Amino acid sequence: MKPERVPGRYIREEDLRRLPGVIEYTPTARYSYSAGQALSEFLRGLKDGRILGKLCPSCRRVLVPPRVYCEFCFTPTTEWVEVTGAGRVETAVTSYIGAARERLEKPEIIGVIRLDAPGHAENSFDFAGLFHKLCGVTEDDVKSGRVIGMRVKPRWKPVHERMGSILDIECFEPLQPREVV
Amino acid sequence: MRVAVVGVGWYGFKPTVPELSFREMMFEAAVRAYEDAGLDPRRDVDAFISCQEDFWEGIAISDEFAPEPIGGVLRPTMTITGDGLQCVGQAYMMIKSGAFNVVAVEAHAKPSDIMSPQEIYEFSLDPNIRTLKIPNPLFQAGLDAVAYMRRSGASREHLAMVAVKNKVRGLLNPRASHSAKVTLDQVLDSKPVIHPLTRYEIAGFTDVAINVVLASEDVARRLGDKHVWVEGIWWATEVGTGAVEWHEWGRMPSMRLAALGAYKLAGVEDPLRQTDFSEVEDRFSYMELLSLEELGLGGGGAHRMLESGYYNPEGGYPVNPSGGSLSMGVTLEATGLSRLLEVVLQLRGEAGGVQLKDVRRAVVASWRGPPTYTSIVAVVSRD
Repeated sequence: MKPERVPGRYIREEDLRRLPGVIEYTPTARYSYSAGQALSEFLRGLKDGRILGKLCPSCRRVLVPPRVYCEFCFTPTTEWVEVTGAGRVETAVTSYIGAARERLEKPEIIGVIRLDAPGHAENSFDFAGLFHKLCGVTEDDVKSGRVIGMRVKPRWKPVHERMGSILDIECFEPLQPREVV
Repeated sequence: MRVAVVGVGWYGFKPTVPELSFREMMFEAAVRAYEDAGLDPRRDVDAFISCQEDFWEGIAISDEFAPEPIGGVLRPTMTITGDGLQCVGQAYMMIKSGAFNVVAVEAHAKPSDIMSPQEIYEFSLDPNIRTLKIPNPLFQAGLDAVAYMRRSGASREHLAMVAVKNKVRGLLNPRASHSAKVTLDQVLDSKPVIHPLTRYEIAGFTDVAINVVLASEDVARRLGDKHVWVEGIWWATEVGTGAVEWHEWGRMPSMRLAALGAYKLAGVEDPLRQTDFSEVEDRFSYMELLSLEELGLGGGGAHRMLESGYYNPEGGYPVNPSGGSLSMGVTLEATGLSRLLEVVLQLRGEAGGVQLKDVRRAVVASWRGPPTYTSIVAVVSRD
C-alpha cells in the first residue's frame, strides 16, 4: 500500500546526509572465531549427519551443544555421546518480521528442541538441546500451543551441501506417527 | 583488613592459540587459578568479575559470556569494560566492604580472532577525528613519543634501549613469545612504523586468558603462605579518548594520579626506595620511560637511569624483569593482569628464569592502551 502523496517539499535521503551536523561512518569489524575443541568436533559431526554432545562425568548430563567443561560442576567433560536428533519442542515462537524489521512474506517459526538422551541426567532447564528453525509446523500449531512437546527430528541437507555448520540441519520437522529415529 | 592475591592461573601467551576458543581458554586459566588457590569456585568463590570490551570480543553484550567458563553460573558475576587491573580494584573494594571473602577476576585476549584490529582502533576515536581517515590510528603513540622526547631530553637511542632491554630479557621467560635477540643497531636501523617507533618498539599481540583469585586476610592466612598482599590500587582517566586535543602530550596524568592513589593506600612516599622492582606499561618503548616518570620512579630522568643500567634486572631497581609487553605481547584488556601475574610469581619466588633475588614489594602499572587515557597502578607485597 503506497502512502498518498501529501503537499510540501520532499527531502531525499542524500539531501539529509549532506546536512552539516551528521557524520556518517560505517565501522569495519571483522573476526574469525576459533570454535575450539568442543564446537569444532560438533561441527565436523554435523557434516557427517551426526549430533554430538559431551558427557559431564559428575552430573551425567549430556551437553549439546558441547562444551569442554560442565558449567555447573566446573569439571572437564569427558566422552562424546551421539544423540539421534529426535526430541521434543521445549518452546517455539513465530517471527513475522526480519532483522531489519521488514515484514516477512512467510513467517519463520523457531524453537528450542529438547533432544532425547536416554539414560542421561536432565532437569527442567539443563538438557541436551538445540535452538533451530521448525518446519512442517503451522502458525496455528504455535499460537495454540500444540507445538510444545511435539516430537521432532532434524531435516538434514544433502551430504554434498553440508559445510560443517549448524545450517547442515535445515530445520527440525515433526516425526510421523510411530516413526522411530 | 588486608586483601590478598591467593591464586593465579593462565593459558596461552602465544601469538595465536588456535586450538581453543576464548571460552575454553578462560576455563583452562580459571581451573589453574582455583587449583593454585586451593579453592572450589562453585563453593568457595563469592563473586566473579571479568574485564572485557565488546569490540575486542567480536560479540555484542559479551558480558553474558563471562560466567559459564569461570565457574560463575548462577552466582554474582559482572563485567567491567576496562583493563584487568580495574577488575582487581573492584575486587579489592568488594572484599574491603566485608560483604565478600573471595572474588575471582578474569581477563582474556584473543587478538588472533580479530581480523581488523586497526579498524577497531579507528572506530574507538571521536567520530569527528575518524573523518580525517588517518592511515594508522596508533598515531597517538607517535605524538606522545615525540612530545616526551622533547620535554625530557630523551634521545632516539634511549627508546631503542628499552626495546633491547625488554626483548632480550624475555628470552628467559616462557610467557614471552615476542622476545628476540636484538641489538641497539638493529633497532635503530629498522624502518620507523610511526616515527620515532620501529617495529621492535611496538609490542605485538598475544592470545591469553588470565585468572586471579583475591581473598580477605582471614581466608588468605587459612589457605597457607603463598599469598601476596594488594596494599593499594587506584585508577584514573584523563580527559578521555573523546578529547585527544586536550591530552597533556608527553605526559600521562592518569598514570600519575593512579600512582598517587595507590601509594597513599599503601603508605608509600618514596617508591624508588620503598619498593624493590616494578612491572610497568611498555607496549611502546617510550611508554616504559614515561610510565616510570609518572610513577615517581624516574629519579633525575628515567632515560638517564636507563642508560646507567639502573633498571636492568641486576640493576638498582629492575623494571619489567619479565620482558614486559614488548616481549610478552599486548594482551588487550588482560595486559594489566599480565603485569600483575609476573609480580605475583616474582614475590612468590616462582618466576623461574627471570626470578629476581630478595624482592618483597613491587609496583604494577598498566595503561589501557591507545586511544585511551586510563591507567591503573597497584602496590603489591609479601610478608
